[in-house]
Amino acid sequence: MASRGDIPGTYIFDGELALKGYPLNKMCYSFNEAANRKAFLDDEEAYCARFGLNDEQRDAIRRRDVLALLEAGGNVYYLAKFTGIFGLGVQDIGAQQTGMSVDEFRARLRAAGT
Amino acid sequence: MAQIVGGICTSHIPAIGNAIARGLEDDPYWRPFFGGYPRAREWLAEVKPDVAVMIYNDHGLNFFLDKMPTFAIGAAAEYRNADEGWGLPTVAPFPGDPKLSWHVIESVMADEFDVTTCQEMLVDHAFTVPLQLLWPGRNRRDVRTVPVALNTVQHPLPSPSRCFKLGHALGRAIESFPENARVVLIATGGMSHQLDGERAGFINKEFDQHCLEKIVDAPEELASYTIHDLVRLAGTQGVELISWLVMRGALDEPVKMIHRNYHIPVSNTAAGLMVLANAA
Repeated sequence: MASRGDIPGTYIFDGELALKGYPLNKMCYSFNEAANRKAFLDDEEAYCARFGLNDEQRDAIRRRDVLALLEAGGNVYYLAKFTGIFGLGVQDIGAQQTGMSVDEFRARLRAAGT
Repeated sequence: MAQIVGGICTSHIPAIGNAIARGLEDDPYWRPFFGGYPRAREWLAEVKPDVAVMIYNDHGLNFFLDKMPTFAIGAAAEYRNADEGWGLPTVAPFPGDPKLSWHVIESVMADEFDVTTCQEMLVDHAFTVPLQLLWPGRNRRDVRTVPVALNTVQHPLPSPSRCFKLGHALGRAIESFPENARVVLIATGGMSHQLDGERAGFINKEFDQHCLEKIVDAPEELASYTIHDLVRLAGTQGVELISWLVMRGALDEPVKMIHRNYHIPVSNTAAGLMVLANAA
């Protein structure tokens, strides 16, 4: 399981990740604005180039792969603005990161309350 | 003189804002959550606060990693909400209270909390959703606001102990405001949840129940945790418990517990609500 620190499956977004992920997070922060979301959809590669994403980050963006984006220095609050472009909410990305279906992920959340 | 009437802690999950926008309060999924709020509103109607000091964390609407304040206090006449990128409808602006804001800033700085001051500040769902829950269909005159934002995005985060002490300083600040104002502190965030990593979906009911007990009578026990402890016990986003500690630090010792509610899940989160009245 890819993880950082001593809590399994958990990323601590510290200075090291913040430095590594800065261009990626800056791009995702720009998605607060509808015009920028449209510009990304119009030409994804050009939009990534504008923010200077490295190859690892570009590849993870291409694949919409949240774990790879975290590994590349992405912070979940900004990444949520990226996945939101495709209508993916926190339960969708939760399912993706845990290798479950969305229904399975939701069932696990409900089970935590019993 | 200003008086602190008490405090409320509540979760601030964005999905709540969507559920309100779609009128789903009585939907079977949502009823156990929304059903907790009428009692909190009744209490607010009894204590009639003029101002809500909002303790919350920004999720990448107002602050980016280029400048990330640990503690930031708003000092504006009005606070606006805006598009957060993933489809939550925006809501009308909230009135501020710049005079109280500047008094609080002066006072906490004299108390050695060197805060960032914001004369313009967009407020995200962590600020808007709790106000929508507590003042549904609000009128602009219902309550003025003072935002106090905590960094929970980029580590190192302020420690639980430091946040509890900020609460003490905020309490002294509010109670030394020379004008008449009834003030409620509203802490938003929590309870246990984790959005990112292979541990996404982590919820810890036992720890949440422990927090709901201790925040009332032994908050210093919660303040003794480290941020790392909170990530382990409550999840990466469960660290939002620090806002509850700021609020609790500003209240009296002891407080009276008026109401609480707890429900799993709302979206990916264990949702908590607690209403605490100052004894005086």
